[in-house]
Amino acid sequence: MIFNIPFIAVVAMIFIGLFAVLFKRNLIKIVLGISIIESGVNLFLITLGYREGGVAPIYTSAPSDAITNTPGSMVLPVPQALTLTSIVIGVAVLALMLSLVMHIYKQYGTLNVRKIRRLKE
Amino acid sequence: MNLIDILIQHSPPLIVAVPLFSAFLIPLVSRINEKVRNAFALVMMSITGFFIALLASDVFANGPRIYVFGAKDLAIPVVRILFEVDSLSVFMAIVTFILVFVSLVYSWSFMKKENDGLDKYYTLILLLVTSTLGMELTGDIFNFFVFLEISCISSCALIAFWVHKAEALEAAFKYIVISSIGALFVLFAIGIFYAQYNALNIATLSNVLQFTFLDKIALVLLVVVLGMKAGLVPMHMWLPDSYGQAPPSVTIVIIGATQASLYGAFRIISTIYGNFFNSTDLSVVNFVLNTNAIGWVIIILAILTILIGVVMALIQTDFRRLIGFVAVAEIGYIFLGMGVRLASKYVESVGNVPTAIVFPAYGSIALQGSIFHIINDCLDISLLFLVAGAIYYATRETSLDEMSGLARKMKYTTVFFLIGLLAVSGVPPMNGFSSKLLIYESTYQLNPIISIIAILASIMLLAVFVKVFYSAFLGPKISKFENVEEVPKSMLIGMGVIACIIIIFGLFPNMIIHYLVEPAANALINNAQYISTVLGGV
Repeated sequence: MIFNIPFIAVVAMIFIGLFAVLFKRNLIKIVLGISIIESGVNLFLITLGYREGGVAPIYTSAPSDAITNTPGSMVLPVPQALTLTSIVIGVAVLALMLSLVMHIYKQYGTLNVRKIRRLKE
Repeated sequence: MNLIDILIQHSPPLIVAVPLFSAFLIPLVSRINEKVRNAFALVMMSITGFFIALLASDVFANGPRIYVFGAKDLAIPVVRILFEVDSLSVFMAIVTFILVFVSLVYSWSFMKKENDGLDKYYTLILLLVTSTLGMELTGDIFNFFVFLEISCISSCALIAFWVHKAEALEAAFKYIVISSIGALFVLFAIGIFYAQYNALNIATLSNVLQFTFLDKIALVLLVVVLGMKAGLVPMHMWLPDSYGQAPPSVTIVIIGATQASLYGAFRIISTIYGNFFNSTDLSVVNFVLNTNAIGWVIIILAILTILIGVVMALIQTDFRRLIGFVAVAEIGYIFLGMGVRLASKYVESVGNVPTAIVFPAYGSIALQGSIFHIINDCLDISLLFLVAGAIYYATRETSLDEMSGLARKMKYTTVFFLIGLLAVSGVPPMNGFSSKLLIYESTYQLNPIISIIAILASIMLLAVFVKVFYSAFLGPKISKFENVEEVPKSMLIGMGVIACIIIIFGLFPNMIIHYLVEPAANALINNAQYISTVLGGV
């Protein structure tokens, strides 16, 4: 049960983020919601690579059982690489979204999504 | 090994690397002067096109080809990033190349009036091309996600290119919210795959997939997200907004990126989950037939997409937004073909004992129709957007209510619009007719009512555009359009190239189907070949 806590946290974060995106009216809060979803997904990837009592996957300082018992007690490096990539992408998207919010505020004078509806149905 | 072989061997990474490299050279080159910059972008795109042509000739002759990054040989491809190129990937790369090349030719004059930011414009367009081609060529699902995000960022920035327009900002924000959430769910699905199979490689995944409960969740997440990025109802709302607000020369590149998402959806359904959707194993007959239900879900969504796209297009008054809704409807036809293929599986039985599960012949015809329609849809919708851009360039008008009598002043544009109109509504001898006919006749054999709805929607498309033609091009002279002139040559060339391709495709559909479409459709049907190219004879 205790090992499931990270996964419960992942699901909770994704749903909190989705809630913010769907029901909040402030553009900044929508951006925050997306950021929370992103953290949730990153946490999911990190959790996948976890190995109890594992060591860092550095080849030169590998434990002695690494060759016979691949990958042995080393944690999986791939999810960490994925997470790093995903964090970098996330920063770029966040910056772009915030700059858009800035421009929208200049044009519309508000951050309320209900009032930003110049595109008709 | 001669030079051509070496070039072919290295062309998959070069196709992605050349636009990426030139994207970051553009700011430097544009210090010299404008013409050099535009020519540089065109030349670099032509080089990419040359590599695509080389790769296409090889793939159509010798089957799929892989390129493993950082490996001397192909001994352990599973743990490395690799590109896998089969006929469908090459087909999509050709589509993308045509659109981008035309867009660059067209931008030469169209964007001339912009004073600022054109170096960034070219950088972003080339980045968008990089990501689109990357999505189409990659054989690694995480790599696919990375390119998806690049495409999301660069197309959002391009939609907001006219940053002084409030509507463009609104469309761009809508786009980035939807696509970044979508991309995060793709990443979540990739995590699900990795957790179960320790693999990110598409071929390996396809080989080991068990269709567990988690896999079903991943399938739903991936298809919903990629369908959303392709514009499937009920997640189409962003598409007319962004298509309508971006500069038309950008829109046609974004059409290419949208089709790459659609390619992703096809790849996931037919290759990663191909062992289940293509399975004809009698021992699990109920399970195999359950996949028909998924086909029906796609068919229903596709029919809704067609109907909503057409009906919404009827009531629009903004020219570019109207074409955006027509683009939604066209996406519906493509998904319809795929759905018919998935739903067409049936059990042959003697008495009450099932003897075999068979795909009828019309299933693969439907798939061919939908793949042929990808290229036709791109060409038709692009031509219409370019015409809308030409009218905007000449008159600074986008509302249909304000236009009148433009045929008197812009005769070439009128001809191109007529060609686009006939092609998009499926009138012979244009290209839209041949692919829609394939879809109609195969759908008719599955269920006549679906086919009738599809034909009816196509006729309504004709009505939509006849209305546009009448209000924009015919009608009385208006004094404010007294000084309107025909658009510059480069825009006419851009439209002319697409119009020529449309007519050629319409006159010789058999040739195109035989050389381009059929290999691409077979690549989807025959996923064992895709797997064995990487894993070797599994």
